[in-house]
Amino acid sequence: MSEEQKSDSPGGDISRRAFLAAAATAAVAATAAALAPLKDIADLPSLEEFLRKHYKELTPADKKAILARIAEQVKSKYGVTPNVTDLPPLDGVEFGYALNIGRCVGCRKCVFACVDENNQSRNPEIQYIRVLEMKKGSIDVESANTTYEGEVPKKDSYYMPVQCHQCRKAPCVKACPVEATWVEPDGVVVIDYNWCIGCRYCMAACPYGARRFNFEEAQLTAEDVNPEMGYLSNRPRPKGVVEKCHFCLHRTRAGKYPACVEVCPTGSRKFGNLLDPKSEISTILQTKRVYVLKEEVGTLPRFYYYFDI
Amino acid sequence: MTTALKDYFIFVGRCARETIHGDWRYFLWMTALTAVALLGLNAYAKQLVIGLSVTGMSDQVSWGLYIANFTFLVGMAAAAVMLVVPVYIYKDETLHDVVILGELLAVAVIIMCLLFVTVDLGRPDRFWHMIPGIGKFNWPMSMLSWDVIVLNIYLALNAHICGYLVYMVYCKRKPAPLWYIPFVFTAIVWAFSIHTVTAFLYVGLGGRPYWNSAIIAPRFLASAFTAGPGFLILTLQVIRSVSKYRIDDKAILMLRSIVQVSMIINVFLLFCELFKEFYTDSAHVASAKYLYFGLHGHYGLVPWIWTAMVLDLVALVLLMLPQSKSLKYLNLACVLAIIGIWIEKGMGLIIPAFVPSPLGEIVEYFPTLNEWLICAGIWAFGMLLYTLFLKMTLPVLTGDLTPTSSPPA
Repeated sequence: MSEEQKSDSPGGDISRRAFLAAAATAAVAATAAALAPLKDIADLPSLEEFLRKHYKELTPADKKAILARIAEQVKSKYGVTPNVTDLPPLDGVEFGYALNIGRCVGCRKCVFACVDENNQSRNPEIQYIRVLEMKKGSIDVESANTTYEGEVPKKDSYYMPVQCHQCRKAPCVKACPVEATWVEPDGVVVIDYNWCIGCRYCMAACPYGARRFNFEEAQLTAEDVNPEMGYLSNRPRPKGVVEKCHFCLHRTRAGKYPACVEVCPTGSRKFGNLLDPKSEISTILQTKRVYVLKEEVGTLPRFYYYFDI
Repeated sequence: MTTALKDYFIFVGRCARETIHGDWRYFLWMTALTAVALLGLNAYAKQLVIGLSVTGMSDQVSWGLYIANFTFLVGMAAAAVMLVVPVYIYKDETLHDVVILGELLAVAVIIMCLLFVTVDLGRPDRFWHMIPGIGKFNWPMSMLSWDVIVLNIYLALNAHICGYLVYMVYCKRKPAPLWYIPFVFTAIVWAFSIHTVTAFLYVGLGGRPYWNSAIIAPRFLASAFTAGPGFLILTLQVIRSVSKYRIDDKAILMLRSIVQVSMIINVFLLFCELFKEFYTDSAHVASAKYLYFGLHGHYGLVPWIWTAMVLDLVALVLLMLPQSKSLKYLNLACVLAIIGIWIEKGMGLIIPAFVPSPLGEIVEYFPTLNEWLICAGIWAFGMLLYTLFLKMTLPVLTGDLTPTSSPPA
């Protein structure tokens, strides 16, 4: 500090004060200008939403109020009255999925049925299922093409759709710092979209590239909206959270098939209760040649691939 | 007790008053940093309104520049330990006078780390979900929950040590060992822990072979102990040229020895990793191939990493040569090493793990201007904080600010 500034003369003091006052005013004004974009913020959480508890700590009354609030938000945003439910897992049920790799023709009907069912953002379009066009003679995903076009099936290729594998040892569940994603008693890995902080550590952890992030506000039109909604499944997701395939919980817990199973024109997709030894899925696991993708990472998926011969 | 607290707050208040005094260089520096920090704040306000789509990140490359900077800075913060160890464990007094400056740097840098994590969150409004007790903390399972804990405790440890020791200098009292020695030794272990846990964040993911390597934590420490003391070598010279605080060349040359050894280990560990990747040449080499040579016609990171390699090697050679005992060459070596490590450990470590994606897709990542602005803003804010901390403590350390000294005009 120079001697000059240490001077005790009253004049120096006043000009210093004036200078500091001007600097402080300028700093406040500049900060206000820097924050100006915030006036357009549209999705500030209400106090109720901000202080909401974790899904597993909600009382039935809390849940009821939350479902009603979601229904109201959907109505005011899209003009559609939804039926928002939170179906509990069924006793004695563990869901499993098997995909016949020999039959799949790569038509991607499952991809679009999934988008129609699950209220994904249409722009940018979020898809839960990726179909890999694999070269015959290789199971290396790096040789696959996920953006193939034209008529299918191509002669030299086979097709391997990939979606969330609902792992028994799910790396994403381990990774999440706030327990916003967990395995339900019926074996489905779910996400509480109101608890996720959007750190995307789960996306880094997933060996199947199954998780999607809402990089911006989901864009849906009223016609796009599927009014049958589940809390842990297909209700519209807020900006900044992660989502993924949930085996269409709002359907499957009500005894229906997932949308992708229902739409598949070749019958390559099979779904059912692993705990029922007579179910179709159990029969396939017992009688077909079955494998899981990336067995070496030890995730123990509930999603299997199989072939007939 | 209350009078003691009152005295402490008077001390902090008087230190804070020091920050509004300085020559034109100080005010120019602070104005420039404030301007850049505000540009960053403005960019962040835009990101809050629109979403993370203003960044270059995607579902495939879901982490980018923010996490890259975070990783680099955790290392910078941990590096304070390299000043503490010689003084407190080996009783070598060469670095005694600069230890506190290193710890202040650690405080500022940890705050930068926390900011980088915050700007990466999709829902920053839900940050409290991570607070143990009121949120829902996935500890001990999630490595990220570990990181939150160790970083915050490291911040508290260093803030306490700095606050206490500087206050004792101010009061002209001998510090009571019980009030700082246990904290100093805890902080030594803690410095290793913050960088190790940050490495484990990546190492623990079986689905990302590029990260799933046991050598990452040692590599992190080696590069941190190069870049951190390197940064201090530069900073200390600035401090002694703009303040009355005396810092011996001897201290700077001791830091040189630390940087020298760390850089050798750093380059050696990097070489080990590269050997494993390229000689084995298994399917897992794809990420490293993308980084160094490009993959299937995508070369996004190739210029970056080769720049880093050249900088690292030139820095290594300079540090090994006796010429770097002259400050001019030493400074050059430090600048090169810091930039080289920033690239290698930031973009070079984070991005390739996502390319190719687990399903073999190649989606490249290029940071957007908005993203760069946010990063620059946090860097400027961090430097601003560090300058303020120095401005507050140096008058105490030089003996200009005492309980009885007259307040500056």
